[in-house]
Amino acid sequence: MDTYLVLSQKDGRPMYLQIMDQIKSLVAQGEWQSGAKVPSIRELAVASKVSVITVKRAYQELEREGVLFTQPGVGSFVAKNDELGDQIMKQEIDKHLSKALNHAKTFGLSLEELMTRLKKLAQQNNGAK
Amino acid sequence: MSDFAFQMQHVAKQYPHFQLNAIDLQLPTGGIMGLIGPNGAGKSTLIRMLMGLISADKGEIEVLGHNIPQQQALAKAQIGFVSEDMRLYKNATLQWHMDFMRKVFPDQWNEKYSLDLLSKFDLISHQKIKGMSHGQRVKSSLLLMLARQPKLLIFDEPTTGLDPVARKEVLNEMMVVLNDEGRSILFSSHNTQDVEQLSDQITFIDRGSIVSSNDKESFIENWRRIRLHTTTDHGITVGSHVKEVITQGRNTTLIVQHFNEAMLAEWTQQGAAVQQVEYMSLEEIFVAEVEAKRSGVSA
Repeated sequence: MDTYLVLSQKDGRPMYLQIMDQIKSLVAQGEWQSGAKVPSIRELAVASKVSVITVKRAYQELEREGVLFTQPGVGSFVAKNDELGDQIMKQEIDKHLSKALNHAKTFGLSLEELMTRLKKLAQQNNGAK
Repeated sequence: MSDFAFQMQHVAKQYPHFQLNAIDLQLPTGGIMGLIGPNGAGKSTLIRMLMGLISADKGEIEVLGHNIPQQQALAKAQIGFVSEDMRLYKNATLQWHMDFMRKVFPDQWNEKYSLDLLSKFDLISHQKIKGMSHGQRVKSSLLLMLARQPKLLIFDEPTTGLDPVARKEVLNEMMVVLNDEGRSILFSSHNTQDVEQLSDQITFIDRGSIVSSNDKESFIENWRRIRLHTTTDHGITVGSHVKEVITQGRNTTLIVQHFNEAMLAEWTQQGAAVQQVEYMSLEEIFVAEVEAKRSGVSA
């Protein structure tokens, strides 16, 4: 029962979305491994000081997305899918890139220009290191 | 074991200057319900009726499977209550109170748990109550209540007047109780942030009536604040699910209940650009629901 999540009341998003994000990154980083048993809804709720129904909602959504699965009477597990961590990471990156793409569109920036900027940023970051 | 920690059906109570109307409320076993309402809304009256301290004029009340008031002695043995006006003996020490509770509830009192709480709450057992701060008194009451392990825990404004550190200690211990699926909590609070974080069920009460009672996720999911930019001077038409419209030039902010994506499409068709769709805090939702109810619009 040492897993707990740290949630922010200033985040602005509903708490179940914060829980989903944190669980996904636990899976993406391999902290929660494919097929491993995860804390029960009640355990995680009590440890994170957040209501049971909020964690339940997060688990249900994560089941729908194929990140977790639940065996009634046994518990919840990380989906048995070795690609899962990879998939979550890619989804996460895509989410940010789509945002950038939309912003670029609003400012009338072409895809090529955006790519050039991204490359430039990567070079700058390398240089800064 | 009953499926519900408590059930109230059509409960009413009449006072000369206040009445509680047709209260229907239930809490599933293992759940935690937050009761939110302005001062004088009827929160304390409702809580006192559950404990059999006040009798209802009408309706049925069942607590932990026992009828109130007929079987209230059976129910009370399993109810723990903490309120602002705690009746501790000023001239006695905390240890005296702990010994007293152990004698009254010999089968229920958990000595080890009481000592754990003593150190967790940083309390001194040989200190007299009159020498304690408000926070220490609240924590003492909580210790005395928790250590006898009641099935239904009722808190009337548990965090009022507590400093942030004590507040966190109290809330943490409330959550620990819920590790046991057979135990349930009802708490009233002015602090919607506490309620939003901990509650499974939330009940809004105003002027002696229940405004709404639902699971927390549904409350949050139901309401949105939407910022629109209107390109024409006509503005947009809104239905009854829009509870508030604030117009500043061509910027319009809507407070919407029963939100769904189709609404956005509708406004886009009317020539408005959707700038932002935001979730609302429980406090904002509470105010919106109470205002909608008071102005006679069915919420």
